[in-house]
Amino acid sequence: MNLIMQQLPIVIRSLNAGFVQTLKLFLVTLIGAVPLGLIISFGSMSRFKPLSAFTKTVVWIVRGTPLMIQLLIIYYFPGLVLGNAIWGGGESGRFMAAAVAFIFNYACYFSEIYRGGIQSVPVGQQEAGLVLGMTRTQIFFRVTLLQMIKRIVPPMSNEIITLVKDTSLARIIALQEVIWAGQAFMKGSQGISGAIWPLFFTAVYYLVFIGILTIVLGRLEQKLEYFQ
Amino acid sequence: MPILEAEHICKSFGNTEVLKDISFSLEKSEVLSIIGSSGSGKTTLLRCLNFLERPQGGVIRVNGETVFDAAETGTKNDAEIRKRRLHFGLVFQSFNLFPQYTALQNVMLAKELLAKEQPDYKARKKEIHDEIEAEAEQLLTDMGLADRMQNYPHQLSGGQCQRVAIARALALRPDILCFDEPTSALDPELTGEVLKVIRGLADQKMTMVIVTHEMAFARDVASQVIFMDDGYIVEQGTPEQVFGAPKEERTRQFLSRYTQG
Ligand SMILES: Nc1ncnc2c1ncn2[C@@H]1O[C@H](COP(=O)(O)OP(=O)(O)OP(=O)(O)O)[C@@H](O)[C@H]1O
Ligand SMILES: [Mg+2]
Repeated sequence: MNLIMQQLPIVIRSLNAGFVQTLKLFLVTLIGAVPLGLIISFGSMSRFKPLSAFTKTVVWIVRGTPLMIQLLIIYYFPGLVLGNAIWGGGESGRFMAAAVAFIFNYACYFSEIYRGGIQSVPVGQQEAGLVLGMTRTQIFFRVTLLQMIKRIVPPMSNEIITLVKDTSLARIIALQEVIWAGQAFMKGSQGISGAIWPLFFTAVYYLVFIGILTIVLGRLEQKLEYFQ
Repeated sequence: MPILEAEHICKSFGNTEVLKDISFSLEKSEVLSIIGSSGSGKTTLLRCLNFLERPQGGVIRVNGETVFDAAETGTKNDAEIRKRRLHFGLVFQSFNLFPQYTALQNVMLAKELLAKEQPDYKARKKEIHDEIEAEAEQLLTDMGLADRMQNYPHQLSGGQCQRVAIARALALRPDILCFDEPTSALDPELTGEVLKVIRGLADQKMTMVIVTHEMAFARDVASQVIFMDDGYIVEQGTPEQVFGAPKEERTRQFLSRYTQG
């Protein structure tokens, strides 16, 4: 116990640094995937058949294969197969590769949620706006958007919470996120080795962060409960 | 001059002809009831009048002004269509109220958005808003909804929702107000309150086109009746003519289903 108390400050500092990477990957993924998902959803709803077929196939492949494989392919494929290591070396290169893989993967999941949300708003809402002389832009922003948001908040909350935990997959390309940081103390780092508790302790970070997210997203859901 | 003239309206969906050479005209303050069996094209006709569908043939005039001509080439821009469709109002079978707005906001929204296009909007913002609000409150009061203005649609009964929808359509002061089976989605005990409101509008000389399955109401409120079948106008005349002494066999068959059932 005494030993742990001695190791604690070192471990915490390390885990904090790792968690900053985790958070960065989480935020960058959200910021990229939220709009990209909207573009992909428009693609899969396009009336231009080749575009919607292509988009749906891509979404099917991305959703139908493990994110871990996508990470590995995106990180290693350019360097090993094309002979052009576009990601550069070091942590920043790994982060770029991870961000690209995560954004693309999550955008595909989000696109399906958006599509459901958009299609669940009855066409009568649009028609009611039109006969009242509203423009399509006014109808989108004043009538349909909020109804869409209300419908996508619960499934988006689930995906966002899954994303927090999925960031740990980036460890496979040695991104130094929080689990990587915890695991380092098993192999030996900063004079500590063979310690497994730091790895277990990373769970606390996830629990706290997901707890906060759950509260925030729950509030948002409640805010939208005033209408049906 | 008739307030509304529709001439030779033709509408197909793919290979299905839904409206076949529909022509009629309506004088100001008249009420036209359109009756007919399911699938005869009544809803499609109202949707054509409101620019929700584009007919392949025909002309629509309001007060002598051509608002739609299928022969006109070149698509009208959105702003032009928006201006023209404001001659008409449409009350839907399923209300289509905006769920995130209160009854009052539902009635005000479109009017406020239109007001923003006025050149003096910025200067008179508050004043315009208050005018629109006062008007909307008056309309809802007329509909018997004075104590329901702050309610959201899900807090209202079907009959109340439909009355909000009527107030919403009236707020834009359409020349012609169209109803597509305004009571079909309501429980039988709620149809009366909506029909009473429409009756009241007729008494105030509102020009209306009403698609309905309520035969007694159609007969009572209408000055003109059209019976449609399979995309055609089969019979057209005063309620006395169409209900009292139908000339066509198909009209008789259709009406007998209602008098017996
Ligand atoms: N968007 C559409 N695409 C294809 N066919 C359509 C479309 N809208 C309507 N129709 C067809 O047009 C015909 C007339 O439909 P419409 O809704 O105008 O009939 P209606 O007289 O209003 O019937 P009801 O009394 O059941 O409301 C029907 O056969 C219908 O299937
Ligand atoms: Mg209909």
